[in-house]
Amino acid sequence: MNDTTLRFLPGKNNTFTAKVEKISGQKLLACYQCGKCSAGCPMAAYMDILPNQIVRMAQLGMEKQLLASRTIWTCVSCLTCNSRCPKNIKIAEVIESLRETALRNGQRDDRLNIWEISPEVRADLPPIAMIAAMRKLTS
Amino acid sequence: MKLIYYPGCTLKNSARNFDVSTVSSMAELDVEVEELDRWNCCGTVHALGAENVMNRVAPVTNLIRVKETAAKTEGMASEFMTSCAMCYNTLKRANIDVKKNPDKLSTINNFLNLETTKYEGDVEVRHLLEYLRDRVGFDKLAEKVKKPLTGLRVACYYGCLLVRPKEVAFDDVENPMIMENLIAALGATPVNFPLKTECCGAYHAVGKPEIIADRTDKIMGSASEQDVDLVVVSCPMCAYNLDFRQDDAKRLNPDFKHMPVLYFTQLMALALECGDDALRFDLHHIDPKPALAARDLA
Repeated sequence: MNDTTLRFLPGKNNTFTAKVEKISGQKLLACYQCGKCSAGCPMAAYMDILPNQIVRMAQLGMEKQLLASRTIWTCVSCLTCNSRCPKNIKIAEVIESLRETALRNGQRDDRLNIWEISPEVRADLPPIAMIAAMRKLTS
Repeated sequence: MKLIYYPGCTLKNSARNFDVSTVSSMAELDVEVEELDRWNCCGTVHALGAENVMNRVAPVTNLIRVKETAAKTEGMASEFMTSCAMCYNTLKRANIDVKKNPDKLSTINNFLNLETTKYEGDVEVRHLLEYLRDRVGFDKLAEKVKKPLTGLRVACYYGCLLVRPKEVAFDDVENPMIMENLIAALGATPVNFPLKTECCGAYHAVGKPEIIADRTDKIMGSASEQDVDLVVVSCPMCAYNLDFRQDDAKRLNPDFKHMPVLYFTQLMALALECGDDALRFDLHHIDPKPALAARDLA
């Protein structure tokens, strides 16, 4: 019987993991991949990487893949994952930290251009929808 | 009873029906509602970053206004009520955050150095549902009903903001019943449905309406399987998504059935006979009148 413990040692990937933990205030290593966050996620159908996979990839410091994923722009912070996580990890906070990292890397790669939305649609939308979208999707 | 009322931007714009029905039904319940002086944006979404301070400034400014108004009004508690679920959520979470983190609060107070009042964590945020249950009482509400909504089958949709995170929830996180209890007090029949706390897609209304159409199909479809007449909500974002995306949902799923979406306050105004001006059914996409007429309530 070969007992193996997987340990995360300081290395080139850890700076990103540490950054995500700092911005989100979450301990990523607490996750044991039960998948409850993804099971209850109402947005999972529109995501390319599931919430539990996001946490795993953040543990591994997979910065490039995470920041390029559609998931971080799909999550709307409904907090179903947070309220059901048996390890009390706030997955929505982890995803928000990735969104903030992508928006603040100097490129100003905004995910919403208000001027592309027709004036009729803009006039119809409730103000909270416009403000919320701009706060979440623009730098 | 006197109470400070925070309407928020959307209740003064696209959701005026929510505003007028709130104010007029509170008057029928002998609660003197006073709109908060110089209120500003609630912040709309609670920034989730652990060290975020900037996005707490807008909500804290409102809390300062409440403190000022309460201080100069005889018999007014240092609390306020809002009926918008989004405002409630953002203001309540900011309040919890600054109460828990005195350093953050002092940074905000220093930033707001032109304010004569400092915020000291001494204001309470209440949602209208919570206020009706705990202060007015659903039994008193039931006594005030002039036109019981007999026979009306109502699905109560909570969405995210009234129940999550659990620190802001004033009822069970997974199976809240407060709105059902209120609906029952009005004489209507509350009907349970499984997707009552599932997210409507929120601000994807702006950039990804196709997601909202799919969510609307699922959520309204789940309610309609329970054979209800209408759905009630407490959030102007949910109301917009579930009401205005129904034509798109129908294109997605030909079996989709159109159904009106109302604010719970509109049903209160109807049962308390506050008059048509308090209902503003003209602001709806799906007209609620036929569904109400079918139960002899229009």
